[in-house]
Amino acid sequence: MSTPTTADLELDCRGMLCPLPIIELGKRYAEVAVGGLVAVVATDVAARTDVPAWCRMRGQEYVGEELADDGSPRYVVRRVS
Amino acid sequence: MTNAAAYLDSASSEPLHPAARATLLAAYDRGYADPRRLHGPGRDARLLLDNARAVVAECLDVRVDEVTFTASGTDAVHRGLLGLRRVGATVAHSAVEHSAVVHAATWAGDPVEIPVDRAGRVRREAIGPLATGVVAVQSANHEVGTLQPVAEIAAGLDVPLFVDACASMGRLPLPHGWDALAGSAHKWGGPPGVGVLLVRKGARWLNPFPGDDRIDERSGGFENVPAALAAAAALRAVVTERDEVNARQHALVDRIRASAAQVRDVEVVGDPVDRLPHLVTFSCLYVDGEAIVTELDRRGYGVASGSACTASTLTPSRVLEAMGVLTHGNVRVSLTRDTTAEDVDGFLAVLPDVVRDLRAEVGL
Repeated sequence: MSTPTTADLELDCRGMLCPLPIIELGKRYAEVAVGGLVAVVATDVAARTDVPAWCRMRGQEYVGEELADDGSPRYVVRRVS
Repeated sequence: MTNAAAYLDSASSEPLHPAARATLLAAYDRGYADPRRLHGPGRDARLLLDNARAVVAECLDVRVDEVTFTASGTDAVHRGLLGLRRVGATVAHSAVEHSAVVHAATWAGDPVEIPVDRAGRVRREAIGPLATGVVAVQSANHEVGTLQPVAEIAAGLDVPLFVDACASMGRLPLPHGWDALAGSAHKWGGPPGVGVLLVRKGARWLNPFPGDDRIDERSGGFENVPAALAAAAALRAVVTERDEVNARQHALVDRIRASAAQVRDVEVVGDPVDRLPHLVTFSCLYVDGEAIVTELDRRGYGVASGSACTASTLTPSRVLEAMGVLTHGNVRVSLTRDTTAEDVDGFLAVLPDVVRDLRAEVGL
């Protein structure tokens, strides 16, 4: 397994149910500069669909899914605007 | 202020059509007996059952001997799909099928999924290598309304095709190319507890369940003659009215689609044109599905949601997931034949406030 991407902001949303991980992302992504990376670690399965959908609706870039150190899914987003 | 209070969930169940109500009550007086018996009341029940079958066949443009009444739409789906499947064969179904199809396919073995595009339309080009046993594709999607290219899919298949037409039966003509097909009366304004199973003449269909000694060997259990007759009466009325009703509903749904899309961070999903006339789905970013359904209900509007929080499981709607659209904050609005422009305008008047208030509660 590859090493997780280094993100400028890591959002620990383990245990949160939908739509809380996306609310967290929506509230905090602007803390990184344009071009920066935000990682959402979420155990709720809906995040797998909703993080890319959020990127599409909000005009941000979905980088991809990887695994956090504990095996939780980690969704990486690049702020482009 | 517009008069509130409207049931906007006909895709779950359409209110009983007035034509069905009168027929149902009359049929309870005449259609109670066992239609296999040779006495007068038995012959009466048989006559009503045969009549119901004939009406359904005519409305759906199929042969009378292709029509079977079942205990529900789900029962029709199970019998239709599993009856086409040979032992050991794989079921390939679209990723956006109703759970009745998915449960039947899973019960039978390890099904494979046919992917869909962003609008929820089956990717025809992906079917080829997956179609080894039996293929199941819906006529139209029950959550987002997108019509499926059933005839085109059928033309390219050399295995049996099952079509779940529960979402469209009565509202739209049946697609061509199926070997077995299922419908559900309460979705078109018939009574609950009546499914319609169609098996194409000459199709290789075998009863997947224990047989029963009934008029129709494809079915099981004592025939619900009054409900079948009422379902047929409703179907005839719906088919007769559909040009007018569909045009009206299509226009009202266009209005909802346009208006909902104006609300910030709301995405309307499903095909905008090639769709069921009465149904639309949209998803609201940052909004909890259960919260928005509850809040709209408080304002008098009964809608459904495909979001996990409102479903029986904690997994999101497979339909929305397969389409790759937002699975939370989902609202499905489906119009009844009585839904008015005022109902729709009233709903659209409260929607932006409801969405804004729910977002405000979470600080967005």
